[in-house]
Amino acid sequence: MLSFIARRLGVMVLTMICLTFVVFYLVNLEPNLKKLALTQTNSRATQEQVESWLTRYGYRDAFLERYAEWIGLWPKQPARDEAGKPIPRFSYCGETVEPRLSGVLEGDFGCSTKFRTKVSNKLFPALEATGILMFWVMVVMIPGALLIGVFAGMREGSKTDRTLSILAIGSTATPEYVSGVIFTVIFATWLGWFNGSAASATFKGITFVNFTLPVMTLAIYGMGYIARMTRASMVEVMTAQYIRTARLKGLSFKAVVVKHALRNALIAPFTVIMLQFPWLLTGVVVVEIMFRYQGFGYTLVEAAGNNDIDLLLGCSLVSVFIVLITQLISDIGYALLNPRIRVQ
Amino acid sequence: MLQFISPTDIVIHILLYRLWPVWLSMAILMGASYRYRKRLGLYGQLYDSSVGIAGIAILSFWFFTAVFSHLVSPFHPLEQIAVMRNALPGAIEPKSGYPFLLGGDKLARDVFSRVVDGSRIVLLIAPLATLVALTVGITLGLPAGYFGRKTDSFLSFLANLVLAFPVILLFYLLVSPEIVETGLPRATAGVFFAFPIILACMAFGTRYIGRPVLLAVQLLVVLAITYWLYSTFVFFDDPFGLIQVTASTLNIFVAVVFASSPGVFRIVRGLVMDIKTRDYVAAAQTRGENPWYIMVWEVLPNARGPLIVDACLRIGYTTILLGTLGFFGLGMPPESPDWGTTIKDGSQLLRAFIHPALPPAIALMSFVLGLNLLADALREESLKD
Repeated sequence: MLSFIARRLGVMVLTMICLTFVVFYLVNLEPNLKKLALTQTNSRATQEQVESWLTRYGYRDAFLERYAEWIGLWPKQPARDEAGKPIPRFSYCGETVEPRLSGVLEGDFGCSTKFRTKVSNKLFPALEATGILMFWVMVVMIPGALLIGVFAGMREGSKTDRTLSILAIGSTATPEYVSGVIFTVIFATWLGWFNGSAASATFKGITFVNFTLPVMTLAIYGMGYIARMTRASMVEVMTAQYIRTARLKGLSFKAVVVKHALRNALIAPFTVIMLQFPWLLTGVVVVEIMFRYQGFGYTLVEAAGNNDIDLLLGCSLVSVFIVLITQLISDIGYALLNPRIRVQ
Repeated sequence: MLQFISPTDIVIHILLYRLWPVWLSMAILMGASYRYRKRLGLYGQLYDSSVGIAGIAILSFWFFTAVFSHLVSPFHPLEQIAVMRNALPGAIEPKSGYPFLLGGDKLARDVFSRVVDGSRIVLLIAPLATLVALTVGITLGLPAGYFGRKTDSFLSFLANLVLAFPVILLFYLLVSPEIVETGLPRATAGVFFAFPIILACMAFGTRYIGRPVLLAVQLLVVLAITYWLYSTFVFFDDPFGLIQVTASTLNIFVAVVFASSPGVFRIVRGLVMDIKTRDYVAAAQTRGENPWYIMVWEVLPNARGPLIVDACLRIGYTTILLGTLGFFGLGMPPESPDWGTTIKDGSQLLRAFIHPALPPAIALMSFVLGLNLLADALREESLKD
């Protein structure tokens, strides 16, 4: 088991290196650099001014060297002013003039050119805000989905099963940007129960009124999928031999479902829930933009829209890390929950 | 002051005066299919379940709406008529005397016409992109599942790399005017379009190697299609002048294919690993068949059931991805009538006016729902055998 985890962690690190390398390559494409230079100098800068800014701030150094600087295997060089004298690259991030090792490995995620602050100052509060959102989404989504799935799968082909299955199919057909619009129309514009925007949640704290719609929108889309997986797994378990034995023994239907079927039926949904995180990540971005909540998704969109290199790299690193770590947890959890699976 | 028609008139106008070509063609198609369902194989069997009929009804509705969009939509989707800005549903446009059935949006365009016209974009790109993703996934998934070992480890690692990217980040990195400038989408499209051709060559080459004349004819056809594909989509120069592809459309297309082919790859790989243990594969191996022949002609046809179901779901998923792109304003031109862009525009002033956002949202939802229902019915049918 330990060697399995070690190997998986190794593959994970390799994947992260490959992916950040790709992202690094894409954000450093020539047109992207030009865009950055234009926003950082002024939008009427001439070709030569752009070129000199890029050279002086180190964007024209060798590609691999710059990647190594970002990772923290190569000392970061200071920028130069017009006379060639060293100046700090981004004074608002407290960078110094002497070259030093300061990359991701040293815990320095770099400097956001859009928000004019350290990436860590921007990224971690945003992650915390999104964490709160995710927590409430999970609180609503998981019990709801499992209940629907179990009730539907308990008696295959019954009326309850048909109705719940159609509902689940409907919810998987409704992406966040569609359900967000529909819920806002119903609950904010017509009924007036909730706020159509969660902007106040960022500054004044979360309330039932401003947070319900984002949570609901995110939860519904994921719920249908998990419910369908739970249903399938429940249906399979209900036809198993030991359930028939339990029924023939004279146990009541309720006791069979609760004591015998449920435990085994919930193994598969566990993996599915863990693998939902990458999907939720996209949903988070949609919902945060739609309801104006300043979390991770909002930061990602701002970073991408302004080609804020370090911030975008930070965001990618975090999201890739989340995706891979949830995959690992799902694999380990599956092995632990299901005694029939033995990891070689 | 604007004149309005009553809500009942709106319904009559939409259902009767505008949508009649759609109803007529749907009636012909579904009536004929129902009559001859016993002879239509898998498609005919769908008419035995209510879920299947519902799925086909929704999908054929959108298909015929897209086909007859010029007849159905009363106004041009980009036409702006200043007085109609944010007009409520049923407002009569003074000049032509014809009503804006679902109102006007913030740039004074007819919402109904935009939804109808948007269906053309979605119904063209989503199935095509899925088809290309399917061939990419199949061409790579077959050898990965069949040979296993190093081929599998390498290809699976690549697929997992792409899958580890959150889709939205991928889109922000791959779909932008800056990326179009670098020519990256064209190069990638060139690579993607090679897969259907490789698959076709593999299929014909392994089967008809003993009949050179037939093989030559088939390869010539493939070559002609290759020429058309590449000149139209990669070099933007359709020899027949039928289809105009812009660089930004290609960019969207490539990004969507890129995002969804690893999923197909994983499914195909899993299916192949299961099927290759069957007796008929062992028999073919004993006959000394070429491994590529076994993959394409023995394994692939037996994996078709789950693949068809997956393709249905995937078209829906691709539609959702396209909507996401539109919602973030990536790739599509800002005035494009596709559903994602219209939802984005409408959702910005949802507090004041709900009518510009709601119709495209419902359209997108119903189309994906139709695909999901169809996939569900297909799965039920394939479980019956």
